[in-house]
Amino acid sequence: MTTPNPADAGSGEVVAAASVEPTATRSLPWGNGKRGRGDRLFHGLSEGSGVLIVVLIAAIGVFLLVRAIPALARDKENFFTYGGNWVTTNTSAMHFGIFDLLQVTVFAALFALILAMPVALGIAIFLAQYSPRRITGPLAYLVDLLAAVPSIIYGVWGLYVLAPRLRPIATWLNEHLGWFFLFATGNASVSGGGTIFTAGIVLAVMILPIITAVTREVFIKTPQSHIEAALALGATRWEVVKTTVLPFGRSGYISGAMLGLGRALGETVALLIILRGTQAAFGWSLFDGGYTFATKIAATASEFNNQYKAGAYIAAGLVLFLLTFVVNAMARAAVAGKDTR
Amino acid sequence: MAAVSTTVAASLMLTGCGSDNNLHGMSVPTGPVNCGGKSDLTAEGSTAQQNAIALFNKDWAQLCPDKQLAYNPTGSGAGREQFIAAHVDFAGSDSPLSHDQLDPAAKRCNGNPAWHLPMVFGPVAVAYHLDGVKQLVVNADVLAQIFSGGIYNWNDPAIVALNPGVALPDRKISPIYRSDSSGTTDNFQKYLAAAAPKSWTRGTGSEFQGGVGEGAQKSAGVIQAVQSTPGAIGYVEKGFADQSGVPYAQINDGSGAVALSDDAARKAIDSATFAGVGNDLKLNLKSLYRTKAAGAYPLVLATYEIVCSKGYDPATTAAVKSLLSVAADNAQSGLPAAGYVALPDKFKHRLLAAINAIR
Repeated sequence: MTTPNPADAGSGEVVAAASVEPTATRSLPWGNGKRGRGDRLFHGLSEGSGVLIVVLIAAIGVFLLVRAIPALARDKENFFTYGGNWVTTNTSAMHFGIFDLLQVTVFAALFALILAMPVALGIAIFLAQYSPRRITGPLAYLVDLLAAVPSIIYGVWGLYVLAPRLRPIATWLNEHLGWFFLFATGNASVSGGGTIFTAGIVLAVMILPIITAVTREVFIKTPQSHIEAALALGATRWEVVKTTVLPFGRSGYISGAMLGLGRALGETVALLIILRGTQAAFGWSLFDGGYTFATKIAATASEFNNQYKAGAYIAAGLVLFLLTFVVNAMARAAVAGKDTR
Repeated sequence: MAAVSTTVAASLMLTGCGSDNNLHGMSVPTGPVNCGGKSDLTAEGSTAQQNAIALFNKDWAQLCPDKQLAYNPTGSGAGREQFIAAHVDFAGSDSPLSHDQLDPAAKRCNGNPAWHLPMVFGPVAVAYHLDGVKQLVVNADVLAQIFSGGIYNWNDPAIVALNPGVALPDRKISPIYRSDSSGTTDNFQKYLAAAAPKSWTRGTGSEFQGGVGEGAQKSAGVIQAVQSTPGAIGYVEKGFADQSGVPYAQINDGSGAVALSDDAARKAIDSATFAGVGNDLKLNLKSLYRTKAAGAYPLVLATYEIVCSKGYDPATTAAVKSLLSVAADNAQSGLPAAGYVALPDKFKHRLLAAINAIR
């Protein structure tokens, strides 16, 4: 088990070849006569699919915007800086804003990401480098299985099972480290457990398989020649990981984390169950409750009586849409940046 | 076929055995049930009514074979919308039609007004979590202050004064409210506004306005939150509190501490007057919430069936009347076991008169 599996020897070359290829294919001129019907059909289909996704995204954006504008026009508050209670039943004088939603969403997702990233990295390295071949498959499958658990289950588990068990830890943190803003007494009770602390831990478990799966796939593709070279130079297993696997897989790791972050930002049902609603403003404590964009919309979705009320929530949805967009763009940029290096 | 009828008979017997007062008013029917009209009714609305409607539906099907009501518990607001849109035959709602819904509702009923029939009353319990405190007395003023932040510790003099001899801990109060839009919240806030107008100035509505506390989703969430948070107090339908075994407070609004019981709630309902005209039995909630009747527990969620006074097609009219009269009369005795209050007699007769007036 100490020597690399020869069966993997070719994989590095394949990866290397693939990364060069696109420039070659892309330089082929498309409209070069002599194309058969199948060719044209395939071209049309793939081009259509590409256009479709762009149109779809644009349509979603336009829909959200169109539905949001009438409500925004009736908003008596500043949409971006108002963080208080939403008043949307009286459609002539509506009060709504995303200040708290944005903060809670980003805070909970980042907390989850910070918890999940190191663990995911550890699992991925273990699966790619350390684990005996015979158990790698089943282990990877188990991690993937975490992603198949419905989020409602995570929510119920988080509130009814995890939160009571976290109570001693949460209370201890609050009592001893309460001077630090993260552990200060928030607007939800620490012992009740309906806090971002609980929610973030549940979210971390939920995004763990996503980050792990992407990272592992990339780590496995570390060119065997690199690993063998490192081993030949007398590197230990850890040095092999440090000098070959991590540099090679960093972009995959980051894009996996960004995918996870996207999931965390949009997670709805689990957080809806766990997070307590609040009346006081959000204060960047892990023991705050509150609403994320998605839970705010889901909590009220059954009461969308008219287009203005719905529009207010759709406006929040639009911001979430843009936020996810930005996160994805960041992920792209991160991956692209690493690739060119 | 024989097997099927045996199963039916067995299940009927089981229902009958559930409790002695159970096979309902059927033993003393006030009159033959009229089973005319179409066999499938649809309704939508309040989740607070869900269990009562299920009971009505069961009894209706027993008394009028082949009759069936499909009730979709999507929330009061949705129910009123669906009724106005004529997607359902009637709505179950915790709040009456709002002022600007009256005209669209009349249009849906072909130019006839919609009526509010207060068929289902649910007592609301003030559940609390205080280890060692077996009995707690509150009043509207204290509740209003707790739920708006004026009182924030359990050993506050105002609470101590209501609970002589009870050792109240020096503990922060965690008020728990319903974070989803709900008729329970609406009725709770209306109660506070009616019974403690000086202390509750935050307004009413199906969303909580208190400015303090933690919100939990749905009744089950409120119960969970109260159970898991020492020092918590929350309002929740009695049925949910009973099921979970959470203790709930007595209310003393001037005529002595009253524990929540069916009789106490019924006394409060009996003292209620109507705000609607004629057979529109919209309630004057102030008369309910400010009741000074001895032994009356005023915190009661009143929910309506919203129906057309006229303007249904004949088959629907007959079916609606059939269902509602079964609900108001024959099915009443099963309600307490489901967490509701059976209608007081005076009230029941008023309702039946209104139901009979539907054309």
